[in-house]
Amino acid sequence: MTKEEMLFQYCLRMGDTHNVFAHRMGEWCTNGHILEEDIAMTNIALDHIGTARAWLIYGGEVENKGRTEDDLAFHRDERDYVNMLISELPNGNFAETIVRNFMFDAFSLLYYTELTKSSNETLAGIAQKVIKEAKYHLKHSANWMVRLGDGTEESHQKLQSAIDEIWRFTGNMFEMDDIDQSLSDSGIGVDCAQIKEQWMAVVMQTVSDAKVTIPENKYMLTGSKKGIHTEALGHMLAEMQSLARAYPDAKW
Amino acid sequence: MQESKKGVSVEQVWEILKEIPDPEIPVISITDLGVVREVKVTGDQVAIKITPTYTGCPATNIFEQDIKIELVKVGFKQIDISFQYSPAWTTDWLSEEAREKLRRFGIAPPDGTTSDKNFLLGKDPIVACPQCKSTHTEMVSQFGSTACKSLYKCKDCLEPFDYFKCI
Repeated sequence: MTKEEMLFQYCLRMGDTHNVFAHRMGEWCTNGHILEEDIAMTNIALDHIGTARAWLIYGGEVENKGRTEDDLAFHRDERDYVNMLISELPNGNFAETIVRNFMFDAFSLLYYTELTKSSNETLAGIAQKVIKEAKYHLKHSANWMVRLGDGTEESHQKLQSAIDEIWRFTGNMFEMDDIDQSLSDSGIGVDCAQIKEQWMAVVMQTVSDAKVTIPENKYMLTGSKKGIHTEALGHMLAEMQSLARAYPDAKW
Repeated sequence: MQESKKGVSVEQVWEILKEIPDPEIPVISITDLGVVREVKVTGDQVAIKITPTYTGCPATNIFEQDIKIELVKVGFKQIDISFQYSPAWTTDWLSEEAREKLRRFGIAPPDGTTSDKNFLLGKDPIVACPQCKSTHTEMVSQFGSTACKSLYKCKDCLEPFDYFKCI
């Protein structure tokens, strides 16, 4: 694999993750339990779309086959998608959305903080931009972790169940394959294994404030970097891509 | 249709851009906002670099269109607009004049600069109500009607208002 091919894959992984995450957050539109949350969810969705766009535009340039961000988002199949598993998890109830977001937001802030040091100017630039948004996302999800966990008996129980369910998808965020390792070694990508400890500290602090616990079971699901996903992704893409598939040349 | 004019200068392009309003906050222009980073003119071609306020801000696409419409009118044949993410856009680039315009429009401008101690420590800012100037206000939601704003409420005059987040 050439350096460009590796960088292209790297852009797809992050671009897909944000794009899929954005779609999930967009599914909350008109379904929030209060107006402010509806607005918050869709605001966060927009940030993720913007971030996905930045990664996929650059990915298309690196690939150099004339594919645009829309080609990459709407004309690739499930097995070609390399998003992190956690991003594709269905919204479930509000506690499940919050736990999914929190686990990812905490990762995201640390990841982009590291990425600002990238020797690749475009990636460092994207990171500088995204970091400002990631701070707000983490603040939002961490606040809700505490409100739900330290709330009523029912909200506490729902938050705990959500953590127990989602925990096994968190290990996937820190996996490093040959592509990640090679890009990290050359100062372009982030060594995700290195940020895991800091991430755990952030998670443990919030989990403790929320009076919940993380599961003892250490089993972690994998596969996203090879295009192997949970059953949820295919259904989501079928809906997300339907318009672009039906009218491939549609323009706004 | 306008005739193709030769020799529109960089300064003239900036003057045109100064008149293009932000589609979501029409009281300020895109240059007040500080999103236009560079203008290059070569004959009937113009290249513009834009730094989006937020990566997913839907206004970006609209003012991209608005820029093209205005520049086609003065005869440019090719208009290239590209994004530049670094240095990242910051509310520090909002001019004092722009802040005053926001205040008059009913939006509380960003509090201080991003190098403020309170900002760095993650403390919520004290925001003055744009209507009655009271600082007796509270945040209703971190996320407001657009990506760049939070929702606040004044506890004295009871008016809800938008606060332009400091980023």
